[in-house]
Amino acid sequence: MNTPSPAPVTAALLHLLTLRWLTGRRLVIGVPALWLAGAFLLPFLIVLRISFTEMEGAGFGSIVSYSDGLLQLKLKLSNYLFIASDDLYLLTYLSSLKYAAITTVLCLAIGYPFAYFMARARPTIRPVLMMLVMLPFWTSFLLRIYAWKGILANNGILNDLLQALGVIAQPLHMMHTPFSLVIGMLYAYLPFMILPLYANLVKMDVRLLEAAADLGATPLQTFWRITVPLSKSGIIAGAMLVFIPAMGEYVIPALLGGPETLMIGQVLWDEFFTNNDWPMASSVTVVMVLLILVPMAIFNKVQAGQQENA
Amino acid sequence: MNGATVFGRWFGRSWLSLGYLFLYLPILVLIVFSFNDSRQDMVWSGFSTRWYSALLVDAEIIAGFVLSLKIAVLAACASVVLGTFAAFALDRYSRFTGRVLFSSMVSAPLVMPEVIIGLSLLLMLVSVQKLFGFPERGMLTIWIGHTLLGMAYAAVVVRSRLQEMSKSLAEAAMDLGCRPHQVFFLVTLPNITQALASAWLLTFTLSLDDVVLSAFLSGPGSSTMPIVIFSRARLGLDPRVNAVAALTILVVTIAVIVSSVMLARAERRRQKQIAAAFEADAESLSSTIK
Repeated sequence: MNTPSPAPVTAALLHLLTLRWLTGRRLVIGVPALWLAGAFLLPFLIVLRISFTEMEGAGFGSIVSYSDGLLQLKLKLSNYLFIASDDLYLLTYLSSLKYAAITTVLCLAIGYPFAYFMARARPTIRPVLMMLVMLPFWTSFLLRIYAWKGILANNGILNDLLQALGVIAQPLHMMHTPFSLVIGMLYAYLPFMILPLYANLVKMDVRLLEAAADLGATPLQTFWRITVPLSKSGIIAGAMLVFIPAMGEYVIPALLGGPETLMIGQVLWDEFFTNNDWPMASSVTVVMVLLILVPMAIFNKVQAGQQENA
Repeated sequence: MNGATVFGRWFGRSWLSLGYLFLYLPILVLIVFSFNDSRQDMVWSGFSTRWYSALLVDAEIIAGFVLSLKIAVLAACASVVLGTFAAFALDRYSRFTGRVLFSSMVSAPLVMPEVIIGLSLLLMLVSVQKLFGFPERGMLTIWIGHTLLGMAYAAVVVRSRLQEMSKSLAEAAMDLGCRPHQVFFLVTLPNITQALASAWLLTFTLSLDDVVLSAFLSGPGSSTMPIVIFSRARLGLDPRVNAVAALTILVVTIAVIVSSVMLARAERRRQKQIAAAFEADAESLSSTIK
């Protein structure tokens, strides 16, 4: 093999040192790519690695060891076996899926007509309507969820109101039940459903609807056969924006949920903060990531498709 | 106008009104009850501003607020820079190695449950700290988490503005001999200032509000305001929290209204200038033809 002559080496060094390789393109792609690789991708790989270990004293074990001239890779599956065999985890995953699904369906049922009427409002008031949806979004999410505690409590505002109206005699027990959890989730995620739907519906070509009406379709037929199919990408985007984060929600079940509404985000939190079992928390996380992988892929596809069409 | 349209309009209006009532009810409740004299949960017993005075001497909340503010400013700046880079990369370069991975990583934090992001980031930072003895959990680590989250939001905002912007502007500048960086600073940047401003505000409020990432990434003695509020809210209702809420809502509402009025005004001015430029152009053209 020939050793390279000094001239190209010096040239290459000069090239490196004078940053001539640093073109705009490389900078624009490279900086965020490096950041994401370090702050997003690498952490996942580390979680994956730790999920295959067990607690050893104050820390966790290592999966790669070197002894007797052999490099050994030890994957401990005990955490995963435990998750698979213990009802608590299984039921919690299922209940997270259930509450995320309920939230998504309710958001769609309430958000779709909402976005539809916004998009059909007079163009002059549309920005105001849009602003009014965005505004609560700008004020603290935590505080708005906290406010529901005061509304739904036994001596809270809703019970006072219903009692004053004579609808009920005894205060209803609403806090720390599935009801309060679902109200909180619906409340927090509704704007995430409305905004993509509105963006989609407001762009819809009104001539198509007029054509359908001219051809004799009733308003209801026009709605189901023209409007809804055309807004499919908005529905999917909204549903994913609600479903995926709702799956792993922690704050809402912690503040508004009760003993019967345990969600997987809380289990992860407790494994980490209360039990200090980092390998177990990592395994719970890995399983959670596997569960949201398909919805994430759908979300990415819709996101990419929307951007190519724009 | 027939009966069906009247009904439709009435139905639409009621749906919107009820929807907005649902969205604004908790905010109204927080504001009203921040002036409640009672220590007891939600029983009205007269007007008072005592919880506001109690807030002023609440060292824990004040320290949390100062820390949150510092982190939010730094995280918003970093998020906007990184988000703009990412938006540019995706808007300008339709193909490069790993583009699919890149674009999914940019948008993933938008939906990824925060417990997952928080736990993975923390475990990585702990590993890094084991190797290098750095960084301690605290302001820096919270900042990293908030910047990761904020970048995704900033990228969406900036990218949608870049897509609205006509490509012909940049092309015209290049035809006139601008170097790529000149195109960026002279043409593109002035056109996206608005988007940058709203991205900054959005990421700022996101950071100011975040509980989950901060809880994972904070160390002893570095509790941000949401962490303080969250730990009190878990224990029950605290009238001082209502006062914090009312103040935040006041500040945010004013900031959002003022900034959107300013942005709308700037946009109108810009449109007028563009129209004037086109008019002048058309005039000079017609005079040359004559």
